[in-house]
Amino acid sequence: MTTETRLTASRPMPPPSPLPSSTAPADPGTAATPAPPPEKIKFFADREKIYPRNIHGTWRQVKWGVLGLLLALYYIGPWIRWDRGPGAPDQALLIDMPGRRAYFFAIEIWPQEVYYLTGLLIIAAIGLFLVTAWFGRVWCGFTCPQTVWTDLFLWVERKIEGDRNARLRLDKAPLSLNKATRKTGKHVAWLVIALATGGAWIMYFNDAPTVVREFFTGQASTAVYGFTALFTATTYLLAGWAREQVCIYMCPWPRFQSAMFDEHSLIVTYEDWRGEPRGAARKGQSFEGRGDCVDCGLCWQVCPTGVDIRKGQQMACIGCALCVDACNSVMDRFGRPRNLITYDSIANQNARTEGNPTWLRLIRPRTLIYIAVLAIAATVMAYSLVTRDRVDVAVQPDRSPLFVQLSDGSIRNAYTFKILNMERQAKNYTLTTAGVAGAMLTVVGYQPEPAAGAALPAPPDAVATFRVLVTAPRESVPHRTNDLWFVLTDQATGEVVEHRTVFASQGK
Amino acid sequence: MAEKKEVDSLTGTETTGHEWDDIKELNTPLPRWWLYVFYATILFSVVWVILYPAWPIGLGDYTKGVIGYSARADLMRDLEAQRAERAVWRDRFEAETVTEIARDPELLQFAMGGGRVIFADNCAPCHGSGGAGAPAFPILVDDDWLWGGTLEQIHHTVVYGVRNDHPEARMSEMPAYGTDGILDREEIAAVADHVLHLAGRSEDNERGREIFAEQCAACHGDDGKGMDELGAPDLTNDIWLFGGTRSAIIAQIRQPRHGVMPYWFERLGDAELKQVTIYVHALGGGQ
Repeated sequence: MTTETRLTASRPMPPPSPLPSSTAPADPGTAATPAPPPEKIKFFADREKIYPRNIHGTWRQVKWGVLGLLLALYYIGPWIRWDRGPGAPDQALLIDMPGRRAYFFAIEIWPQEVYYLTGLLIIAAIGLFLVTAWFGRVWCGFTCPQTVWTDLFLWVERKIEGDRNARLRLDKAPLSLNKATRKTGKHVAWLVIALATGGAWIMYFNDAPTVVREFFTGQASTAVYGFTALFTATTYLLAGWAREQVCIYMCPWPRFQSAMFDEHSLIVTYEDWRGEPRGAARKGQSFEGRGDCVDCGLCWQVCPTGVDIRKGQQMACIGCALCVDACNSVMDRFGRPRNLITYDSIANQNARTEGNPTWLRLIRPRTLIYIAVLAIAATVMAYSLVTRDRVDVAVQPDRSPLFVQLSDGSIRNAYTFKILNMERQAKNYTLTTAGVAGAMLTVVGYQPEPAAGAALPAPPDAVATFRVLVTAPRESVPHRTNDLWFVLTDQATGEVVEHRTVFASQGK
Repeated sequence: MAEKKEVDSLTGTETTGHEWDDIKELNTPLPRWWLYVFYATILFSVVWVILYPAWPIGLGDYTKGVIGYSARADLMRDLEAQRAERAVWRDRFEAETVTEIARDPELLQFAMGGGRVIFADNCAPCHGSGGAGAPAFPILVDDDWLWGGTLEQIHHTVVYGVRNDHPEARMSEMPAYGTDGILDREEIAAVADHVLHLAGRSEDNERGREIFAEQCAACHGDDGKGMDELGAPDLTNDIWLFGGTRSAIIAQIRQPRHGVMPYWFERLGDAELKQVTIYVHALGGGQ
């Protein structure tokens, strides 16, 4: 706003001088008129520091509850143990980067199954759409890490520097021992929390007890110290310094989430039909002929993003509903009905204006579509997870040479054959082929003489790699590429894995 | 140039006093943070020059820096550490023969990995990637061997090479029947036809058979199956190093070409020679 005002207030461009500058050092016309005082053009609005005020109330209680629950989940998560048998990590939630495994309780994910992460993200996104269509910005207002940690940092700030007015005074006051102590104390406390945050993040990627011990005895890897420092720094900067600017300038979600809203979505809103005309009020004064809003300003003073909700819906509003608590406390004092600022839908607001009945409409075409997509995504995910193969085969035909002719005229192809045994027990397989008549196979180190089948061992939780050579009579492989099937049979259970590949030959 | 500082009325910024075609240049100072970072980099470079090697002094000498850092010494240390780490494997490779190594699945796996890299670096330029071969350079993936396809035979060929100046090298030389005047044109054509007959591609011919028994069978055998010890190729199959057409066979009898392979024991260590031997053997043709 300020930028625009200043731009229009500045003097318009002077007309260009018709004379070349060498003959006219200064335009006499402009020199005669006194130039207005020079003003700096500002291309960006200054940040106005926000000093959110403390408030008590229902929504504040909900916010504390959610904050406590989420922080507890985050910090306790890596410490939950889960027995997977010998040789496997016993941490319930673990992403083992060097070992190329991710563990989630009973589920173990290999790198080639990373699409489960995609599925998880799709479910999370659709879930977010659905919740937003129903309840508005509850993600932003209550559960987003940026909100949770900013809330925590604000609480620390309040404990050390006092509430809004005290903080305003302290910032204006000249430097004193008191100010220096409080400021330093606040930043130290913030850094400690940030370190705990960054440190806990690392625990999800390492065995938690081990990495904690190594961290404090100086034996942890550079990566552990580096990433801890990185996440400590980002937590400290984002929750301590950037705060609401993350929501307003950095985050893409507020920019497009309005696409999920309709008039039945719950939002934090101001009942201007009841509140206006606003004005200061004294206790005992009648509210006849005027609005309920007493213009105390408490609603924007408690706002963590500095929004005045009475101006209507704004992008900066994260829907945390603290202004609802603020306004209710004031309405109670004046004996007026609560919820002048309310958590309600636009449709209900319109109905209320006209005195019509209101209700929460959860079943709408939009939400039904989200529920359907969510259900489909979750079902597909769950089904594929439950029925996924714990043994997989990867076959790579040699590309140089594609095939080789042997002295008896038969054709041989070579393959790199991998058995991915994702179970925690050793397996024994029999490998045979199908699709090419008279094909014989040899396996380097396991089956030296050509035979119809070969026995292959697969160690537990590992990839076993073999070099398989398949020899076929020339007449069985008439084309340049011929279909060949590898058939892998579990010797113990009889379970069969088939894999199609190509057998290259000379062709006609 | 104006003596006193001129201030641009629109932006309120000082001008530099430079003016071209009525356009004046604003004197916009660098942001402070940028300037301080720039000063910090200067300071950093001074500290760096004191601590680390920095300036060349004449030829081959340079300022060493007070902490005595050397990238080369670092590399040497890393290589030493790597050697120590691999010593346990190297010792096992040096202690055992290729046949013993090939029987141990763990060593076999290691040899296949190492051999692949050694082959790609040293052998692939002639024998092709994956041992696919090239005209006049033998294919290593098929089952036809000039000097034998057992592990020991391949090992010997790799270590000492073929037709080089080393006394242990594989050595043989087929006479130039045409250019040395041993056989005339008709005789060469007849023996070529007999060779084609051995490969099952031509009618039997009496004259060729007689010449073959007289001149060729000593090395290639009566049945033309060749001889590993002399590097004499099997003539009965469809694999031809210098081409299998009638004219290519005649050319080879008239004035033979001979492949040469360097010895590798000077370039590669004992363990590496064994690894590449096992790799070549495992390409598919090993006997």
